[in-house]
Amino acid sequence: MLRTLLSGDLPRSRMLSATLLVVFIGLALAPFVVSGARSLNVAATICVFVVLVASYDLLLGYTGVVSFAHTMFYGIGAYGVGLALTGMGPSWTAIAVGTVGALLVSLVLALVIGLFSLRVRAIFYAMITLAVASAFAVLASQLSDFTGGEDGLTFKVPELLQPSFHLLEATIMGRAIDGKLITYYLLFFSALGLFLFMLRIVNSPFGRVLQAIRENDFRAEALGYRTVIYRTLANCLSALIATLAGVLMALWLRYVGPKTMLSFEIMTDILLIVVIGGMGTIYGALIGSALFILAQNYLQVLMGQTSAALSGVPFLANLFHPDRWLLWLGVLFVLSVYFFPTGIVGKLRAGTLAKVDRRP
Amino acid sequence: MSETLLQLTGVHTHIGEYHILQGVDLTVPKDGITVLLGRNGAGKTTTLRTIMGLWHASRGSVSFNGSDITQAPTPDISCAGIAYVPESMGIFSDLTVRENLYLAARQGEIDEKRLEWIFGFFAALKKFWNQPAGTLSGGQKQMVAIARAIVEPRKLILIDEPTKGLAPAIIQGMIAAFRELKATETILLVEQNFNFVCSLGDTVAVMDGGRIVHSGMMSELAENRDRQHKLLGLSLDSHQ
Repeated sequence: MLRTLLSGDLPRSRMLSATLLVVFIGLALAPFVVSGARSLNVAATICVFVVLVASYDLLLGYTGVVSFAHTMFYGIGAYGVGLALTGMGPSWTAIAVGTVGALLVSLVLALVIGLFSLRVRAIFYAMITLAVASAFAVLASQLSDFTGGEDGLTFKVPELLQPSFHLLEATIMGRAIDGKLITYYLLFFSALGLFLFMLRIVNSPFGRVLQAIRENDFRAEALGYRTVIYRTLANCLSALIATLAGVLMALWLRYVGPKTMLSFEIMTDILLIVVIGGMGTIYGALIGSALFILAQNYLQVLMGQTSAALSGVPFLANLFHPDRWLLWLGVLFVLSVYFFPTGIVGKLRAGTLAKVDRRP
Repeated sequence: MSETLLQLTGVHTHIGEYHILQGVDLTVPKDGITVLLGRNGAGKTTTLRTIMGLWHASRGSVSFNGSDITQAPTPDISCAGIAYVPESMGIFSDLTVRENLYLAARQGEIDEKRLEWIFGFFAALKKFWNQPAGTLSGGQKQMVAIARAIVEPRKLILIDEPTKGLAPAIIQGMIAAFRELKATETILLVEQNFNFVCSLGDTVAVMDGGRIVHSGMMSELAENRDRQHKLLGLSLDSHQ
């Protein structure tokens, strides 16, 4: 059952299995075990980033294509739903229209970018995606009548997803069953479904061809595979899933804006998470996202406590001052890349390299 | 002489500013093994890559099974029935042995009988079936590469220096495998190891300076040591 659910791609390491289980249970029970809006926001962001990062890994880790347009597709999903809910009012129809519209726009853009530029060398493709994504971000900021410009758009979601909505009068484990909780589980189960879908994709014959192309596209062509078509398909698939991640984020935040949805910082975050988690491993997206988002949100708090504890030691108290959290985040990245060059998942799996499995 | 399967006529290939193939005329008859011999840099690998469309000929023509494939894209050439085992083994090291073979099975499934037939030549593949191909030894990787080329019936198999860097014991196993393979497949085999191919080849072509300088029956070349010395700069004695 589990093997089927995970498409035969089991973690293959006890340590990795335990870590994945902790993250999964943590996210599944987050609304009941953590208190406060911030903690739930962190859990929801992890759910969305798992999808976003895994969809990027489909492109970078599995196909070997470097793209900087991933946040653009994420933004298209968010803006699609945001614009539809703003224009049509808070209804499920508006969400459906916004999502389908965003998926279509993303598909067309991914197809056009893919067909026109995946034939060129990798560096040129990366540059083209960077230019298109930058142009799109500028466009979203400039078209203020339509997109809300730099301020973005705040919109209402259907009643069921509104924080003021209460499904039950009673509470469960002290937690009200309200619209926020429903939205969280909408995100959680959507992310879970998309995660398992991507696991299925990479373990399908299509996924194997992508891996073959990443390793050596000439060899893949010599086996009869049209690599441009496969790369373009991977590009479209990755873009569509990123669009859905954007839809989920917009529903959670009830806001879309260029800085939150289209900034280049999100792209660098995605790249870092892929590297930290392990390229070419969908599980890496789960572990990397959890670590990264937690560090991004709690490192400053942790450093504040450390600095207060070291208040008697002048140099160290300054070194761990909360304002220097970005410096320490950078140090943590450097250390993780140094000690885990194949990512956390790669390192954990390397310890239990596949045993010789005799064919029955 | 059996009918022609592959015909190269006056093929020229440029790689950047270098003029590598300078008018190659080569005929590969249907069935059996045609051996392409030559010193390093003679243009043997470029010939195979030109046939596969990995580098396109700038002049001349390549005809396969009666169709012109000179400018055809590589996937079309592969789908027309030509399999290619490159010099560097050409396996996908992150994929398992099983996945490497399934990747080459364009129908999506491998015929069980054919798989058992392949395991008959290369028993190690059965043992390491679910192991990443990158973790295998050089000889085993070569077995994966050849098995991938024969996992489905092909009209022609191009094999580039299969014995390069392999231990003598593995080479003996490979000779036995090729001897069985030639009964059912047509093979164009590039080699520098004359001992390996002299008992296997049916026809032979020798390249030098981007041209075919000799072609004929392998048995005739194997018997004529002066010609071997002249064409290849070796004698069979020195290799025995």
